[in-house]
Amino acid sequence: MNDGSNLSKLFASGQFAVSAELGPPKGTDIGVIEKKAAYLKGNVDAVNVTDNQTAVVRMSSIAVAALLVQMGLEPIIQMTCRDRNRLAIQADLLGAWALGIRNVLCLSGDHQSFGNHPTAKNVYDIDSVQLIQMVKGMGDSGQFQCGDPIEGESPAFFVGGAANPFGDPFDFRPLRLGKKAKAGAQFIQTQMIYNVPKFAEYMKRVCDLGLHERVYVMAGVGPIKSLGAARYMASKVPGMDVPDEIVQRMQDAPKEKRQEEGVQICAEIIQQCREIPGVAGVHIMAIEWEETIPDIIQRTGLFPRPTSPE
Amino acid sequence: MIIGEQKPVEEIKNMLGDAQRILVLGCGTCVAVCMAGGEKEAALLATALRMATKLDGQEKEIRDYTVQRQCEFEYNENAAELIEWADLIVSIACGIGVQTVNEQFPAKRTVPGLNTTFLGRPDTQGIWVERCQACGNCVLDLTGGVCPIARCAKSLLNGPCGGSQNGKCEVNAETDCAWQLIFDRLSALGMVDLLMENQPPKDWSTSRDGGLRKIVREDMQL
Amino acid sequence: MNTTFEPQITAFTCRYCGGVPADMAGSRHLAYPPNIKIIALPCTGKVDAQYLLSAFEQGADGVCIFACDPDNCHHISGSKRAAKRVAFVQSLLQQIGFEPERLEIFHMGLGQAEEFVCIIENMTARIRELGPNPLR
Repeated sequence: MNDGSNLSKLFASGQFAVSAELGPPKGTDIGVIEKKAAYLKGNVDAVNVTDNQTAVVRMSSIAVAALLVQMGLEPIIQMTCRDRNRLAIQADLLGAWALGIRNVLCLSGDHQSFGNHPTAKNVYDIDSVQLIQMVKGMGDSGQFQCGDPIEGESPAFFVGGAANPFGDPFDFRPLRLGKKAKAGAQFIQTQMIYNVPKFAEYMKRVCDLGLHERVYVMAGVGPIKSLGAARYMASKVPGMDVPDEIVQRMQDAPKEKRQEEGVQICAEIIQQCREIPGVAGVHIMAIEWEETIPDIIQRTGLFPRPTSPE
Repeated sequence: MIIGEQKPVEEIKNMLGDAQRILVLGCGTCVAVCMAGGEKEAALLATALRMATKLDGQEKEIRDYTVQRQCEFEYNENAAELIEWADLIVSIACGIGVQTVNEQFPAKRTVPGLNTTFLGRPDTQGIWVERCQACGNCVLDLTGGVCPIARCAKSLLNGPCGGSQNGKCEVNAETDCAWQLIFDRLSALGMVDLLMENQPPKDWSTSRDGGLRKIVREDMQL
Repeated sequence: MNTTFEPQITAFTCRYCGGVPADMAGSRHLAYPPNIKIIALPCTGKVDAQYLLSAFEQGADGVCIFACDPDNCHHISGSKRAAKRVAFVQSLLQQIGFEPERLEIFHMGLGQAEEFVCIIENMTARIRELGPNPLR
């Protein structure tokens, strides 16, 4: 358990944890952040701040997270390998610790060809598994990746990774979770789940490997904003599995009721995932739709959230 | 081998400037195999440039010649007379050939008529595919012979990433996911356990990142 | 547009479905425009991009290839290769500043003497419209 991280303490106390995503603004407006934070405060236990998500430039994750700390929320910074080498990552992490940030989610990062600067050079100096190992090492041994000692307090972050139960090769995915656990990951957030049976199958294999006792698995979920969004996720997003029944439900709902249906689907999936052995929490991704979070939390009976255990 | 692709005629024509005597210099090795810069391509380019410049109302003399391998001084000697004759040399060798001719004949300006694109091999006739990034530290023994540096868009050493689907890369639906290939190959070889080893961060100093590279074989030096 | 010049057309033919119609037209005394230079090749698969470009460099106003039908080439795939090379050279001509319509490939059946004449007449008319070789 990491003393500095409220999220870590919550998991350690055996309670079901809830996190949600907050997308930083594509500009300098702090007001946008304040508005989104207001929907999340008191409704979730921790807030993921994305890092140039889908390779589109937004305010840096650490800057936004620092603002969230001031606002009294518990941020999880996302750190990708696409834009920074190991020097920049470690430097950023020292700064993040100094600014009161205690949780890090380690990701490879979407390729820059997806975003608004496709001609940029990418970095990928290290990959997500190596990143997890490096961050964990900074905390555990108080050393930089090169072996030099870190001056002062060791930044013992609560280290997370991502997992995609629906990516290929399917057989390798639970094993890859094992690699991340071996590297030192303490919690895992999954890609958005719409195919619950397939996720259940994945979790069965994860539990068979005993990994649920080494990492806290948070099921990724998200409300669907429109029929178009459902179709887009079903066909255009690599690594996503959206069953036809879900798309059909969105289609069958009358147009003015579709957003409500999209929220309801999310709430149902959360409840189903809570029943699956090995699932320790839920991570809600409602990017640019953060206002639905309070509703989702209410519908799933996850409100009120416990205050930070002492 | 080195794979390249000829620049558009327009782009090459714009490099000719005021030069009156132009030599199109081809190379008979890698770029000939990928049908971009060999003897036939040099002759065709020279014809095309003659026609294009004449249409512009210019009277340039454009000839072509091809050496066995443009990256070696001793082969380029065969072209010395023509190089001497020329005001400008358009080399359709790879970037190495272009630089060699510039170094060997510094009094002459040699410009590139080819874009050197990658290290790879011919696939089926007319198709060439990338395979190597010359990282200077080959790990193909760990991946069943599939290169994760060149063939994975993110050069992951502990892949695949979450975007691998149906064996294809998230960046390009026609590109095979390197880590799917690695997984399949190691599965077939009964060596999937290799993948459970977490590979440490790569030492990129042997690659381009470490600075210009050079190899010295003292036992081979005269 | 110059209506008085006589287009010089170079025609590459094979010895089978490409070339026989031309021979037949000749032996049957079917009239067709006289400024056609016929170059017979064993197969149109022998046509190289260099031949086509050189023909234009040397002054041809138009260039045709008469080849077997792609599914009925005497040498199996020669006429398919020729078609691909023609497409390549058309694109090259465009880059050079020539009209790509000055070059075309026609797939023939063995007995098509009248069609041969028709094609030559149409090509001649097309080239007359386009004007002489821009290099002249």
